[in-house]
Amino acid sequence: MITNNLTIRIGGEAGQGMDTSGAGFARALVRSGLHIFANSDFMSRIRGGYNFYQLRVSDKPIYAPHDAAHLLLAFNQDALTQSLNDLAPGGAIIHDASIQFDPGARNVKAFAFPFEAKALEIGRAAGMDPKRAKLMANTAALGATAALTSFPFERIADVIAQNFGKKKGSAIAEANLTMARWAYDDALQSADQFAWKIAPPADPTNRMILNGNQAIGLGAIAAGCKLIAAYPMTPATSIIEFMTAQAKRFNLVTKQTEDEIAAILYAIGANQVGVRAMCATSGGGFSLMVEALGMAGMTETPLVVVDSQRPGPSTGMPTRTGQGDLLFVMHASQDEFPRIVLAPGGVESCYADTARAFNLAEKYQCPVLILTDAFQAFAARSVGVEELPFEKFRIERGKTLTDAQLDQFKPGEYKRYALTDDGISPRAIPGHPNAVYTSTSDEHTEFGRIKDEDAANRVAQHSKRMRKLETIKREMRMPEWYGPADASITLMGWGSTRYVIREAVDLLNARGVRANALHFTDIYPLDEARLEEELNKAKRLIDVEGNYTAQLAQVVRVYTGRAVDDKILKYDGRPFTGAEIADAVPNIARK
Amino acid sequence: MSDTFTPKSYDGEREITWCPGCGDYGIIAGVKQALAQLQLPPHQAFFVSGIGCGSKMPDYLKANGYLGLHGRTLPIAQGVKLANHDLKVIITVGDGDSFGIGAGHFVHALRRNSDLTMIVEDNKVYALTKGQYSPLSARGWISSTTPDGSIETEFNPLLMAITGGATFVARTFSGDPKHMAQTFAKAIQHKGFAFVDVLQVCVIYNSVNTTEWYRPRVYKLDDDATYNPRDYNAAIQKAYEWGDKIPIGVLYVDERPTYEDRVAALAQGALVKQPLAGYSQATWNEFRATMM
Ligand SMILES: Cc1ncc(C[n+]2csc(CCOP(=O)(O)OP(=O)(O)O)c2C)c(N)n1
Ligand code: SF4
Repeated sequence: MITNNLTIRIGGEAGQGMDTSGAGFARALVRSGLHIFANSDFMSRIRGGYNFYQLRVSDKPIYAPHDAAHLLLAFNQDALTQSLNDLAPGGAIIHDASIQFDPGARNVKAFAFPFEAKALEIGRAAGMDPKRAKLMANTAALGATAALTSFPFERIADVIAQNFGKKKGSAIAEANLTMARWAYDDALQSADQFAWKIAPPADPTNRMILNGNQAIGLGAIAAGCKLIAAYPMTPATSIIEFMTAQAKRFNLVTKQTEDEIAAILYAIGANQVGVRAMCATSGGGFSLMVEALGMAGMTETPLVVVDSQRPGPSTGMPTRTGQGDLLFVMHASQDEFPRIVLAPGGVESCYADTARAFNLAEKYQCPVLILTDAFQAFAARSVGVEELPFEKFRIERGKTLTDAQLDQFKPGEYKRYALTDDGISPRAIPGHPNAVYTSTSDEHTEFGRIKDEDAANRVAQHSKRMRKLETIKREMRMPEWYGPADASITLMGWGSTRYVIREAVDLLNARGVRANALHFTDIYPLDEARLEEELNKAKRLIDVEGNYTAQLAQVVRVYTGRAVDDKILKYDGRPFTGAEIADAVPNIARK
Repeated sequence: MSDTFTPKSYDGEREITWCPGCGDYGIIAGVKQALAQLQLPPHQAFFVSGIGCGSKMPDYLKANGYLGLHGRTLPIAQGVKLANHDLKVIITVGDGDSFGIGAGHFVHALRRNSDLTMIVEDNKVYALTKGQYSPLSARGWISSTTPDGSIETEFNPLLMAITGGATFVARTFSGDPKHMAQTFAKAIQHKGFAFVDVLQVCVIYNSVNTTEWYRPRVYKLDDDATYNPRDYNAAIQKAYEWGDKIPIGVLYVDERPTYEDRVAALAQGALVKQPLAGYSQATWNEFRATMM
């Protein structure tokens, strides 16, 4: 028997409600004191196809998905056939009786239940519309899951009552509870045939369930972001949706604009007059934003932009994941200007690094780009309250002038683009009588007036802006090490792969391969000498990335001259798993 | 009564680079006159412009301003207004910028009725790039990119503004300083999206629509006691009038809540004046509970 270490996959077609029931089960588990990691895999369609929601359960914190499922809840034939190979030996399938399945020689168990038939029967009795009634098959499958894993029925009953009780009327809640109870009782007889069990700890702790996009929204809110503008684009949309859902509580302005060009311009306009504002999109939308990004660089307007990556180019794979935009966001726009590129890894990092991005943007008066991706956007985990200390976030506004400081200026004296050693000019928020000024996308004087022909002024202003890069580097963070210092192999990655790479490191060490990991959250700009020192600690450097051209490896080589020894690259639109990376290492070692 | 602000109060310190005889000189004078009429302190005004001859205006004024990208004035202005609705936000921009590259933003700004003033310096050509045709150039217009004459129908911005949802729509003429000042003042005072099309002479690239051409054609709607700018259908009729007789003045006016009026978060005052990190422990706890 294996306790508190299993992965459950719920698969079916879009519209069958797997996400809702999976999330309900996740909630029941977390309220019982267990840790979860949940990720979903869905197609770009509203109905039909094959989607799944996967839930990993443990009594210790978990940060990454497991590559094999122990229990598969299959709601259609595709879900069953397509997930069969991902099932761990000894695992089980719960499926509707209408689906034909014979495990044959496979080491898996199959349990068939007349979910749909029962749902229709109970639904009819409760006066439900048959379409709605059918959805109760989900609830029943969760009842069966609780039975097979020995998870207490009352815990899921609470969540079901809450999910359906509040909004949807209690007759529906009752019908769902009846369904769950029926399936639970029925499945209980087979419980001894399934080896993975869930045992809630005696003393549960309160934890939240958050995904990456929600954490990004929270980081923004904690940092005092008051305005988000966006145009819907998967996998970034749920950032503005989350912030809109929270708008009343936190007094936010959220704006769906006519396109991404307008989205970034709204954010720039708001920032220009002193309000922390952001925009969020995916690569296609970011492509449209590029001209305005350069404008923010030129007018030295603070700005936070999120690019939630999906495979491209162009429309690419809307619901899939990838890490193909690194070089693009680092270089987007004509000519040069200081910018900062951050790639958070994990929910807590999505929160903390987004919050930090707002401070960086104001301190250095430049755009900060946050790179996340579809995997991280939707991957949720249980997060301890202490992990996200919203109240303690310290706001830093750098050289933003206060009204009291501006009172000391004589009218006409203030220079928005004053030449300074660190490249940062004291910034007045428009509205003070002593600091009336213009900003322009043209090359300009210290006062912000157009001067787009003069060579000396150009050199002075361009060097001033570019000097900020050196200033920024001082506070940028070096990549983070994980694993033994004396490793013979270092796995290098960035952004969302942080925890799967750690999992690979653990697996490799368990297999007797001394491995560690080097993870980049801060990518640009970095201090070259310090980075070189870090890289010198790595013996054999293996690059792990979700793109074809090993973009981080290119960046590292440009920074330091160090070339990676090998690469594990993936661009099929699917996230990496720890086992997959670990398994690729011996092949490389043999080469 | 002595005024604190005169038109000179809004003088920039810069040398103006428009061609001698350019209609933009009249327009900037009209803008200053209107600001003085309204006694609007320079620090409470925020000008937004794009790229083009006319868009240089904020660079020549003493007032806050942002000279952005070609075609992108309106979303910037709306972002500024949402962030600080205590500022008077005024857009000064060319017709190419507004209705060529920026047409998409125009249509949506109209729908929103943000409290902005949009002053279009309408010379019916792309002047700064040396005279190509604009979306407002008449069919048959000859330019370097339409040597045989434009084969497109010109855009009617007044008609678009009225039907698209603007709550103040006017036209004025760069050859009539007094009329410009009056019209701009009304537009800035209007609460909601105020659109002003200014017939602007370009002495270099538009040799058809000159001051001499306009002068006998323009007539003031104010002089017609029977014209009611609150009559939507009458305004649409007026918007079609062009040629021998060209109406100037307020074509259409309406009162409707502005976009900012309808945004709940702004009820507590301008966003920029709200504390950056003002959330209480209780608010955060309440939030946490919803995620558990
Ligand atoms: C994205 C982009 N495309 C093209 C240009 C070049 N450009 C500058 S001004 C202009 C046209 C200006 O015409 P209009 O807006 O009517 O203003 P005018 O110069 O006539 O006052 C163009 C095409 C640019 N600055 N940016
Ligand atoms: S080219 Fe035309 S619009 Fe531009 S400054 Fe000269 S006259 Fe004015």
